[in-house]
Amino acid sequence: MANPQSTFIGVERPEQGVVVLAPNADIDMSRSPELRSVLRQEMGGDTHKVVIDLDAVEYMDSSGLATLVEAMRNAGNASAKLVICNMNPKVSAIFEIARLDSFFSIVDSRDEAISL
Amino acid sequence: MDQRPEIELRLTSDPMYLCGARELVGCIARRIGFSDIDCSKIALAVDEALSNIIRHGYDRAFDKPIWLGLTPLKPSASSIGGIVITLEDEAKQVDPCNMKGRDLEDIKPGGLGVHIINEVMDDVSYQKRAGRGMRLVMTKLAPRPDESPRLSDKAPGCTVTLNDRSPSRR
Repeated sequence: MANPQSTFIGVERPEQGVVVLAPNADIDMSRSPELRSVLRQEMGGDTHKVVIDLDAVEYMDSSGLATLVEAMRNAGNASAKLVICNMNPKVSAIFEIARLDSFFSIVDSRDEAISL
Repeated sequence: MDQRPEIELRLTSDPMYLCGARELVGCIARRIGFSDIDCSKIALAVDEALSNIIRHGYDRAFDKPIWLGLTPLKPSASSIGGIVITLEDEAKQVDPCNMKGRDLEDIKPGGLGVHIINEVMDDVSYQKRAGRGMRLVMTKLAPRPDESPRLSDKAPGCTVTLNDRSPSRR
């Protein structure tokens, strides 16, 4: 179920147990709480994979990164998989600076993320 | 160099305004000659510093003042140029020696801001302001002058009014 409060995160369920979250704006300190809320909401139930599609995200700061680290932990605890896709070079730079690029499952496309 | 930044912006400690600060910093960095990816990293460092002020300095009070200053360092015989970015606040003071990033081997949410700032910028200095608040001065050196566009070149979508160096209102 989509967060009724969310104004910038699209939620899709392309397959049973798979949820795709697609933020459509920069993720910084002002928006990370909303992303965190939606992630927590979508992580339960029969969800075994969460795909975060960053195609429309031009910018992310460390609050967004922290939100994804927490989501990765929560996914592991729930025996679910979290996959990130469509990351642009500016966004991937922060993953590299924080040396977290190998911590996450990162693929090029949404299709690849869903089929992984 | 003049003590006052050439460009100054006063903003309120509301996370909603971080995007405006990033746009300004990225725009000026681009004009100086930094690459797109470097502009994004410089804007990221400023965003992280502002977020730290809001989160830790002001304990998430969203109505406090922050001053952002930018001074381009023009290329000269002894320097390749760059940008000096200053952030000042009236938040609680901390010992500059305690401004350290956390161990990156310990993967956990949060605590990455100081590490990112140190990783992106060439020089970072924290100082206590006289009276109250902190001052953060960050310097990023530019590419070689022969690889950079001139400061007088017009950048698309960017209009900036330079400080007239009139007396400070602070």
